[in-house]
Amino acid sequence: MSTDVSSPHASPPATSAAPARRGSLLHRIANSFVLRRLVRSAFVIWVVATGVFLLVRLLPGNPVDVYINQQISLYGKTYDQAAAEAQVYFRFDPSASIFEQYGGYLLGLLRGDLGTSITTPGVTVTEKIAQYLPWTLYSVGLALIISISIGLLLGMIMAYRRGGIIDNLVTVIGSTFHAIPNYLLAILIVVVGAVQLGVIDYARMRGNISPGLEPELSLRFLSDIGYHATLPMLTYILTTAGTWALIMKSSTTQVLGEDYVTVAKARGLKDVRIQSDYVGRNALLPLIAQIATQAGFVVGGAIFVEQTFSYEGVGLLLFESINTRDYPTIQGVLLVVTITVVLANLAADLVNAALDPRIRLGAGGAA
Amino acid sequence: MSLEGSTTAALAVPSKKARRTGRNPLARLVSEMTRSVEGFIGLLLVLAVLAFSLIGPLIMGTDVSGDASRAWEGPSAQHWLGLEGSGKDTFHLLVIGGGTVLMVGFLAAAITTVIAVAIGALAGYVGGRLDAALLQLTDIVMTIPQIVLLAVVGAFYKLDSPALLAVIIGVLTWPVLMRSIRAQVLSLKEREFVEAAQLLDVGWFRIVFGEIVPNMASYILINFIIAVTNAIYAMVGLYLLGLAPQRGTNWGIMINDAWTKGAMFNPDAMPYIVAPVVMIVLLQLGLILLTRTLEEILNPRLRER
Repeated sequence: MSTDVSSPHASPPATSAAPARRGSLLHRIANSFVLRRLVRSAFVIWVVATGVFLLVRLLPGNPVDVYINQQISLYGKTYDQAAAEAQVYFRFDPSASIFEQYGGYLLGLLRGDLGTSITTPGVTVTEKIAQYLPWTLYSVGLALIISISIGLLLGMIMAYRRGGIIDNLVTVIGSTFHAIPNYLLAILIVVVGAVQLGVIDYARMRGNISPGLEPELSLRFLSDIGYHATLPMLTYILTTAGTWALIMKSSTTQVLGEDYVTVAKARGLKDVRIQSDYVGRNALLPLIAQIATQAGFVVGGAIFVEQTFSYEGVGLLLFESINTRDYPTIQGVLLVVTITVVLANLAADLVNAALDPRIRLGAGGAA
Repeated sequence: MSLEGSTTAALAVPSKKARRTGRNPLARLVSEMTRSVEGFIGLLLVLAVLAFSLIGPLIMGTDVSGDASRAWEGPSAQHWLGLEGSGKDTFHLLVIGGGTVLMVGFLAAAITTVIAVAIGALAGYVGGRLDAALLQLTDIVMTIPQIVLLAVVGAFYKLDSPALLAVIIGVLTWPVLMRSIRAQVLSLKEREFVEAAQLLDVGWFRIVFGEIVPNMASYILINFIIAVTNAIYAMVGLYLLGLAPQRGTNWGIMINDAWTKGAMFNPDAMPYIVAPVVMIVLLQLGLILLTRTLEEILNPRLRER
């Protein structure tokens, strides 16, 4: 996300491509765009992990203290007993110094150890998240892809036919749906579609899978999970597609004014080729830079939307853990969701660099 | 709901027409607003919701007493939107429920905007290491899904008052705006008037906050409104999920109450769930229409396209 959205066509600084540095292989590895991005992503994850550690362990009123005090006051346990239990759930050694605890916590994270759920004894947080996360990735990811494709197409049409019916219609509908918070749209879908009109079988469509159906690679299973994901995905798509279309429109409009498009037309290239290779490819760049921000936003919104549709994704897991004060799970979900967004960012950066070589060269500076 | 991409172009250049007429800028703004149907509707919507929520309670009072024996009564001439689960008048609750939403929205947006402008202007003007470090910081904060973080912070630490909620939303959401302010400052600081101020040696503080920031006023205003919509999204969401304490009356709490009591399956209770939803949607729609039009008015480059 280092690329400034406002100036996707900024000229790259000349220094990083200086021929003198090209010689040494080590330099080229150290300067490699992919490596720099990987290190940066790892750094972000480390900072967030540390932040979560401080939030959970150190700040006044932190969950570990709360848990220990609760055990003492509710069940009359001694401090040592309560602390020993907290240690099991949160995976730390209360007698160790805070630095040793921090080290242990980071090592645990590297092994994928996020502690044990308080509310469902014996189940580790990692197992729990592994059970819920795929559903969110599937519904949010697929919805994002569909929404971006729709927005891309509409946006290009709008830019080519500015002031036309499609342009005006999409602008009005898009900004209306953009204005409706996704959780309210979810409620409206249930209230209007299921109760008033009766076109949506809310009772059957709730959840992420029909009861009794086991995950397997069959048409029945795939159509079932598609059926259950329809409502959350519809919500995500309706609330975001208009925004994508508007971003794509303004970016395409900008590209259409560039000299190289005029040159391409003057050379008599086919319209289809100009649209895809000259306009589309360049207009896409600012869009990809936005995917990362939007992905984080949609994943965040999933807490609200999944709860409304009882869709058992990571958002619902977070909601339930917050309600039952299952702190290790809350901490785990926050970490995993952030890591997911970091990875989505990384992917967007890499795709962007593949499409626009200037980013690979230009990102050497302060970014 | 990031609108970063659509609002990044520089807005400091007054339009040619504006320079010619040279009227009072506010009057000009109003006349331009009324010329755009979209913007006028937006303005009316926002004013209507503001009047409804700020003047309404003065007329109807803030005390709502309920008669539990008349729970879930349907709409009537006396109770326009019917009664809710404990026999309170839904319309009255609707009137009272807007104040908190607006207060949190505007307070959180004000905090976000102040932080973003201060840090963004500094980073853009000073540049160098400070700029790089602050950008790195925003990169990290922006990565964490803010709604998730808000929910978690709300779970760990009791958010007892709406004002506290507003402060937390404000403190967590500044990075996106800070980046676009920074980009603006980067382009503005090359202008002649900044150079002139530098030659007068008035000091960086006066250059940044006396020369550059006032020149971004319209841009900041637009982003402030966007920040209001984002803050309302976050706060209503938290109340609606029950992740913020369900004390007092606001539209989020009403929807949560209606949803958990299954009001949508009861035709008589339908207004109780639909009315607050409609109010929030109208407010958000009005604010967004307003920003779109303000953007067009204040950024002639967009209009020419």
